[in-house]
Amino acid sequence: MTDHPIIEVKDVSVKLGGAWVHKNLNLTVNRGEILAIVGGSGSGKTTLLREMLMLERPHSGSINIFGKDLTKASPLTLLEVQKRWGVLFQQNALFTSLTVQENTAFPLHEHTKLDKKTINELAILKILLAGLPLDAAIKYPSELSGGMQKRAGIARAIILDPELLFLDEPTSGLDPESAGAFDELILNLQKTMGLTIVMVTHDVDSLWHVTNRVAFLGEKKVLCVDAMSELVKNPHPQIQAFFSGARGRNTQRMYS
Amino acid sequence: MHENTTLAYLDPDSSQLVCRGEWDIANLVKIKKDLKKITWPKQGTLTIDGQAVTKMDTAGAWLLTYYLKKLSSSKLTTSLKRFSEQSQELLAMVSEHVSEIAKPPVIKRDSALESLGEATIQLLSEARDFLAFTGQLAFEFSRNIFHPKNWRWNELASVIDKTGLRALPIIALLSFMIGVVISYQMGNQLRNYGANVFIVDLLGLSILREFGPLITAIMVAGRTGSAFTAQLGTMKLNQEIDALNTMGVTPGQLLLLPRLLGLFITLPLLTMWANVFGVLGGMVMAQNMLGVTAYEFLHRFQLEIPLRALLIGLGKAPIFALLIGSIGCFQGMKVKGGADSVGTQTTRSVVLAIFFIIVADAIFSVIFSRLKL
Repeated sequence: MTDHPIIEVKDVSVKLGGAWVHKNLNLTVNRGEILAIVGGSGSGKTTLLREMLMLERPHSGSINIFGKDLTKASPLTLLEVQKRWGVLFQQNALFTSLTVQENTAFPLHEHTKLDKKTINELAILKILLAGLPLDAAIKYPSELSGGMQKRAGIARAIILDPELLFLDEPTSGLDPESAGAFDELILNLQKTMGLTIVMVTHDVDSLWHVTNRVAFLGEKKVLCVDAMSELVKNPHPQIQAFFSGARGRNTQRMYS
Repeated sequence: MHENTTLAYLDPDSSQLVCRGEWDIANLVKIKKDLKKITWPKQGTLTIDGQAVTKMDTAGAWLLTYYLKKLSSSKLTTSLKRFSEQSQELLAMVSEHVSEIAKPPVIKRDSALESLGEATIQLLSEARDFLAFTGQLAFEFSRNIFHPKNWRWNELASVIDKTGLRALPIIALLSFMIGVVISYQMGNQLRNYGANVFIVDLLGLSILREFGPLITAIMVAGRTGSAFTAQLGTMKLNQEIDALNTMGVTPGQLLLLPRLLGLFITLPLLTMWANVFGVLGGMVMAQNMLGVTAYEFLHRFQLEIPLRALLIGLGKAPIFALLIGSIGCFQGMKVKGGADSVGTQTTRSVVLAIFFIIVADAIFSVIFSRLKL
């Protein structure tokens, strides 16, 4: 394992619908850390995530993941990188026509030459690791609650034992208890599987509890990247406005 | 003695299982092969050495745990040594679940008899639901018909635009070609008897009475019925239908009735349009192939084709429109779950609509022949 940063976003500019969303944005993610991306509505958090996943092409700049520039990568190189990351989408993006087990096993069927029995057992293992009960494996996503769908999404995201995990608002739409349990799950997986996690979140509890560093987006770039306890002290008016609301202050009091 | 690529081997001197290299999902097949080659001791203690393991992921940990469990069921006791801290954590995490993995749940498959019974019950309940649906629509219609301020003119206009105006080119093209085909096939036979001019009678009657209404209805079922189902189904998945219901606007009033009425208005008009182009196509072919000039054709047309033929054909169109519209909307409102369901219901919508159009057409034929029309 090298100490190279796992993700390097350099001078990225992107234009959506005629307006610049990012201009010369820079961000580095180190191996083994949990980095959260925050910012007000429309600050381009999800766009940044989509750029890293190559779902959105930046107009200029480069995005290096595992030391490979994805903006110039061939489809084959991209595939190699894609096998090493996992993604949990905001709406989970589970395939509705497949059961949870089939959903989870899908990347194994596509990218490995394992036999069917092994694939099924590995899928069940990941479903259990994600904290789902065994009988959830044969259910369809529509038969599961929101929290359980998230866990099924995680099970699919970690099926190939990725080094890098992207989470888009993992705790949004969950009740406080499930959200807390989900935070624990993320921490647990990160520790045992040695994951690097990049997450977009609004959940102030998650920000304090889970993350190592937080990147604050504003004014079309990253305003500040720091640990949560340092970030809240940043005098920038946007950052202050974001965290000085009643909820932000209450949570801060709890964790400091 | 062991080549460097072996990932697991039994060291005979120390009777240790030595694991080394990358125990991850990419090497899983190879590790399995290596483990299979080993002749396991029958009893005693087996130490598993993990010092040379450079990388372990959950798949590798699962495989090792799986073998440990298999071995410990015989008289062998196993112990791990020199595994890295992270590997130990992984192994501990995986072994918590290993007994559960061994008995995965299976989806219960119905026997042939059961699925036949289920399909029958589903069919019957769908028929009942459809009846309830049409009843509710009729109720909505009668509730709103005397309140002109409840009428949705904009919705209606948009439905007429989408299902009628925008369908004009494709309907014209297809019915023109149908006219050409009919004329061509019949012309060959007529020419044998020198009865060229009778092409007018054949073409006029068949297009105005049958082909015009039928082809148009089938086209519209494929084009519009499917669109109704897909759109309403997606709205249902997106909870837009629920939102309407909570705002005191019934989906029937805003979405379903305008669609039904719009189609009720446009389908007879489209049928008329199709008739014109069908006959035109036939006329062009008659001139080229049979030498019946346009003047002759039109002259004979007005003498020989009764107005009745046109009216019977046009009369069927509103019935077809109600079939297409109600089936399309009904199937759309039945969507639940996810994208898969939208696909299933859209297919059902088109298949059922075309099926019932043809059934209705057959019933019309019987009725008209009884009435000697």
